[in-house]
Amino acid sequence: MAELSRSQGSGGSTRSGISRRTFLKHGGTSAVGAALLEAGAAQAAVDGSMQDDANEVLGPGLIPIDLTINGRRVPVQAEPATTLVDVLRNHLGLTGTKIGCDRGACSACTVWLDGQPASSCMTLALDARGRNITTIEGLAEGGKLHPVQQAFIEHDALQCGFCTPGMVMSCAALIDRKPDAGIDEVKAAISGHLCRCGTYPNIFAAVLAVAGENRRRGT
Amino acid sequence: MAMNSFEWVDATTVEQAAGMLAESTEQRPVIAKAGGIDLLDLMKEGILAPMRLVNLKTIRGLDEIDTENGLSLGALVTLDRIDSDPQVRARYLALSDAAGHAATPQVRNAATIGGNLLQRPRCWYFRHDHFHGEGADEMGSRGADENQHHAIFDNDKNAMVQASTPATALVAYDASAELAGGANGSRVVKLSDFFLPPEMQRAHDARIETGEVMTRVIVPPLNAGAKAAYRKQTERDSYDWPICDVAVVLTMEGQTVQNASIVMGWVAPTPRRAAESERLLIGNRLTDDLARQAARAAVAGATPLAKNSYKVPVLETVVRRTILAAAAG
Repeated sequence: MAELSRSQGSGGSTRSGISRRTFLKHGGTSAVGAALLEAGAAQAAVDGSMQDDANEVLGPGLIPIDLTINGRRVPVQAEPATTLVDVLRNHLGLTGTKIGCDRGACSACTVWLDGQPASSCMTLALDARGRNITTIEGLAEGGKLHPVQQAFIEHDALQCGFCTPGMVMSCAALIDRKPDAGIDEVKAAISGHLCRCGTYPNIFAAVLAVAGENRRRGT
Repeated sequence: MAMNSFEWVDATTVEQAAGMLAESTEQRPVIAKAGGIDLLDLMKEGILAPMRLVNLKTIRGLDEIDTENGLSLGALVTLDRIDSDPQVRARYLALSDAAGHAATPQVRNAATIGGNLLQRPRCWYFRHDHFHGEGADEMGSRGADENQHHAIFDNDKNAMVQASTPATALVAYDASAELAGGANGSRVVKLSDFFLPPEMQRAHDARIETGEVMTRVIVPPLNAGAKAAYRKQTERDSYDWPICDVAVVLTMEGQTVQNASIVMGWVAPTPRRAAESERLLIGNRLTDDLARQAARAAVAGATPLAKNSYKVPVLETVVRRTILAAAAG
């Protein structure tokens, strides 16, 4: 789902133009086209016309849900009982966001809602209407990785990588909010994340390096 | 386990939401949704299977913080806002700290104070569908073997504890819940009377009726010179459910305690006042030794179960530290 990434090249593709990930995802994303339907009713529920159809019963079957993901409007068809992470991964092929515990206890599924970290496994897709959803695929801008992403690479801040997209989202939100964050703030920012490989020290080092650079540059 | 499919209605007024919730029956449950955190947990575990969710988040005006006279928190105010609002933090430190130490940052950004107070117990028997519904195992939680996280007071019938940690601070501040939509219109209930000992078969662990919606949490103005502290003891340093938590609100004149409110969470079915400890403090000069005596009194009536006697000395220590922290603040 490269068009939902802000920049080509930061998501799944590599120097050769195709990666294992984009190859494997090919089959899974064929349903995306079918999901790109107009969603006027869902939009009405989040804008000014909400009062008029307040008592409209949505579902329990498929309904149109209008989402804004990585800066783009994305209409999907899903049941009200669908979580945001389910829409991201299984409807849209944005598999950068991971499902770990599926109960909000490991934070592998972290995305931003209006810039704030959220557990997408504990967010119903309908509750994401009217919010700006940012996933790991949308973090790089113009082909340039977010400084936190770059620092994760430089500080070897991952092993198996499963917790990494969520970790990056929380750390990037911290740096965007507090460019010169200290160790206590970094620890607080990732306090909801579990890493079975135990990469925490390198994650601290990566984020503190970004914060240190920001401090030197006075940002 | 996947959630069951359900209908969804965006409510725009409290009356409308209350009307829809009043239609709830055992066969066709209609359930209110605010932040949705505990609700999703319960639905994913198969403990709740609503026919319809009523979305409260589309009701305007339920997410306001008012610090004009005491504190009024709309039921939709998130835990993160209670933690980060400078006015709330300046005046109601124990509440801010309780909210800021609940769950993960991600959950605090979504979870509302109303939903937090109405969440169901974390008891692992309660959280297993084996103990719910048709033909459920009646073991319940008292007499169940794995009682490490259960109550050490008032646990003869049922040892599940209320899950909310902001509740511990709110009871210490003598806060109330405003409930709207019931047969008699809007009513205000002190949180010290609001909570009920959790039971497997009940729909709520609080005195909220079918068709009522929590609209606000109201905290009275503080005495001049009031100081407060909150401490939560967990097994690990990052986010966790508590072994116990304690909120202390003191009114001091110099070193002498004029008034004291000490509340302990996660040690009894509902937030428990340490009444004897409060009596020991009031009218006396607060010293390390007095705090020690008060802490000992706080655990004097404990009746721990087979696997949770460790909680008694932990609680005693946390009570002592929180009293001293409040006085130092």
